[in-house]
Amino acid sequence: MKLFFALLLCVSVAPNVFAHGSGSDRLARNLAATCANCHGTEGHSVGKVAALAGKPAQDTIGKLTEFKEGKRPATIMHQIAKGFTDEQLRLIADYFAAQK
Amino acid sequence: MRTVNRRDFLKAAAASAGFAALGGCASMEAGGGKNHVVVIGGGFGGATAARYLKHWGGANVNVTLIERDQEFVSCPLSNLIIGGSKSLPDITRGYASLAKERVRIVHDEVVAIDAEKRTVKLASGQSMGYERLVMSPGVEFQWDQVPALQDAAAREQILHAWKAGPQTLTLRKQLEAMPDGGVFAITIPLAPYRCPPGPYERACQAAHYFKQAKPKSKVLVLDANDKIVSKPALFDKIFKEMYGGMIEYRPNSRLMDVDVATRTAKLEFDDVKADVLNVVPPQRAADIAKNTGLITTNNKWCDVDWLTMESKVQPRIHILGDAVLAAPAMPKSGHMANQHGKIAAAAIIELLDGRAPNSTPVAVNTCYSFVDDKKVIHVSSVHQYNAEKKLLETVKDSGGLSKEANELEGEYALSWAQNIWADMLG
Repeated sequence: MKLFFALLLCVSVAPNVFAHGSGSDRLARNLAATCANCHGTEGHSVGKVAALAGKPAQDTIGKLTEFKEGKRPATIMHQIAKGFTDEQLRLIADYFAAQK
Repeated sequence: MRTVNRRDFLKAAAASAGFAALGGCASMEAGGGKNHVVVIGGGFGGATAARYLKHWGGANVNVTLIERDQEFVSCPLSNLIIGGSKSLPDITRGYASLAKERVRIVHDEVVAIDAEKRTVKLASGQSMGYERLVMSPGVEFQWDQVPALQDAAAREQILHAWKAGPQTLTLRKQLEAMPDGGVFAITIPLAPYRCPPGPYERACQAAHYFKQAKPKSKVLVLDANDKIVSKPALFDKIFKEMYGGMIEYRPNSRLMDVDVATRTAKLEFDDVKADVLNVVPPQRAADIAKNTGLITTNNKWCDVDWLTMESKVQPRIHILGDAVLAAPAMPKSGHMANQHGKIAAAAIIELLDGRAPNSTPVAVNTCYSFVDDKKVIHVSSVHQYNAEKKLLETVKDSGGLSKEANELEGEYALSWAQNIWADMLG
């Protein structure tokens, strides 16, 4: 039922078929795209740096939080994680978990 | 755009008052339409914007990328060619994958933009309408500030090698031809310029090569700035400890002119003769930005709205990369241009759809510099939108530097290149 109303809302609010997901989905998408330079488009790394696509959100948010708190050794991620809010990191982890 | 008919039609349409309405139909024929976005420049900013417009916008955005070169040659990693550990094919990529993702690629050059009529004119004579225009035109070298190098023939001898390609190879050849005991001098303009750590990385690459092949040689870094612009403590340490006695750093050494025949750098207070002289010239936003009236600041750079990357002076024109008036502590880097491209792509999709753009954009930057063939140092930063200041601002306590040069980051830097090239070109 909830899903039905959510869909109904999308149909009535969205001006056309352009909309891909909700505003928060697009926010998560935009945030995750800041990672792609090193971790690959949508988290599909083609190099030595870790791929993030499909990784369980719990694992990713756990690592990001440890980087941010300086508890996990890193070359660069301890510096970058500090630039994001906890909420942004959670959106990023959830987004990558949903990528195939 | 593909046929004479269309060209004639566009010309006629542009001359008529009903162009806006007709323009839509005309563009449709070329895969344009009212959601036609034209992107100028297929480098780190433009190619990323083009790819993400299609990736996120799908079938409802028509994207045309105009790029003069047939292939993309990466400036990042190009110093490794000068150091001898990479070759040109290693840093060259094609546009075929991007075309497969339904970005229409046109290899041509934009000669004029009519912001009122929303058309771009190409060197081939064709015109193209747009709903929104994305420009990632890069930098123009200001040869008027190095008078002797206004002569194109002189520039064949005293190289910049600051756009990767043939000059990168020629500079390498000049170093190979230099006798042992010779002097390689590189001049650095006042900041801001493209790739802040690049000149210092190049000095390290030349020294790395000399150490193996011609150990009596010297590298002179003639810097117009009063100190090393990027990663100063790290580069200072590397100059002294890895290349002590070989690299000499001279701050406050502003280049006024050169003497081509004697390869002499004429500085404000001194003349310095070199065996190989490499001039990184002063830079501003590219001519097409200037001619379109997009330069807003110091006669050099284009100010933008950081929510959309839209020009502060021309609506519907979005500017990316090195041509932009950077926010405080934001480098002119390929990585940053890629991030600009994504902010613009996301915003344009919202705007085409009649929605407000994302109010909290974020940009991350990482610049890796190779100090020999394997060891790397980095600088990183994270920039979040400050709604009060209307700026992307570095987040306090975020970002930073490598502790020291190390090989693990050398592997990460090579991986970075593979990923960012794939991220922009597919």
